[in-house]
Amino acid sequence: MITSVDIRSEHQPAGLEGQGFFATNLDKVVGLARANSLWPLPFATSCCGIEFMATMASHYDLSRFGMERLSFSPRQADLLMVMGTISKKMGPILRQVYEQMAEPKWVLSMGACASSGGIFDTYSVLQGIDRIIPVDVYIPGCPPRPEQVLDGILKIQELAKSEGRNRRESPEYKAMLAKYGLE
Amino acid sequence: MHHELEPSASTSIIELHDHVKETLVSKFGTSLIRSQIDYDFPVFIIEKNAVHDILSFLKNDEGMKYDFLTTMCGIHYPENKGEEFALMYQLHNMQKNHRIRIKTFMSTADINMPTITDIWLTANWMEREAFDFYGFKFSGHPDLRRILNMDEMNYHPMRKEYALEDAGRDDKADKYFGR
Repeated sequence: MITSVDIRSEHQPAGLEGQGFFATNLDKVVGLARANSLWPLPFATSCCGIEFMATMASHYDLSRFGMERLSFSPRQADLLMVMGTISKKMGPILRQVYEQMAEPKWVLSMGACASSGGIFDTYSVLQGIDRIIPVDVYIPGCPPRPEQVLDGILKIQELAKSEGRNRRESPEYKAMLAKYGLE
Repeated sequence: MHHELEPSASTSIIELHDHVKETLVSKFGTSLIRSQIDYDFPVFIIEKNAVHDILSFLKNDEGMKYDFLTTMCGIHYPENKGEEFALMYQLHNMQKNHRIRIKTFMSTADINMPTITDIWLTANWMEREAFDFYGFKFSGHPDLRRILNMDEMNYHPMRKEYALEDAGRDDKADKYFGR
């Protein structure tokens, strides 16, 4: 016996609803719009990038979350996905890519290498990208499965939905960037 | 570790070794310090000052024709006093499919070598790598810069003189492990 399931494309935010109108605050509307059309920039340097390819392909299908449009220009991207080992020589390049992205922007660190240097405990490898740029969500694993990538992306979407509209202008946010020597 | 003549070496390798050895001795005399067969590879240890001439001869001589530089690299033997550093050149005769290895030793105080980029252009990046990781100075090299490590690095990391772990690291402090 098949029971009916309530399928909704998006959970409706709290608000005032009446015949022919729905009122809620602007932050929530903007958050919904941002969260469901994130343009990711895949900064893939090793095997995590291969898992990301699987995540993008038809079986796991990242486009279900409004993310089928990868941006290879940092100027048009909202989400920087760092997937793989970042050597110290690559560090300044990653930082430059981050700086070129327009606000609001999020950073997702995928896998052990990007998050902590992983097994590459050596002179040439950056021991975690959070030493040079701020990170919003870390995905553990070596490499993480596509399900974990999707979970991390949903967490980024939650951040985008719940972010206050003025957060990026706040003194706390500017102080956080200053800690990394940015802006 | 090294055998004067590797017992498992095939007769063709031994013949190749003997032929190159005789040619080098007749042409360069005592510049050939010694030779051996490591596994199936004839190895010739030669005087540092003769490296450029011998490599040039091995490439251009009609009887030798080792026209392809397969690879070269630096090596550090810190326990080998007076001969702490070595450079290894691996050559290939493409017509006969013969391979030989040339090795030369030098002390820490004197790790300058004449470049061989005038013999093989492909030595350009190989010498940059040997400079990057071991600090060899190749005189006459057109562009001796670091090639793989970041430019700001102020040491040569493959030398066996550094602690395995960077002493300045703070990401392994006890507090991160609940200790």
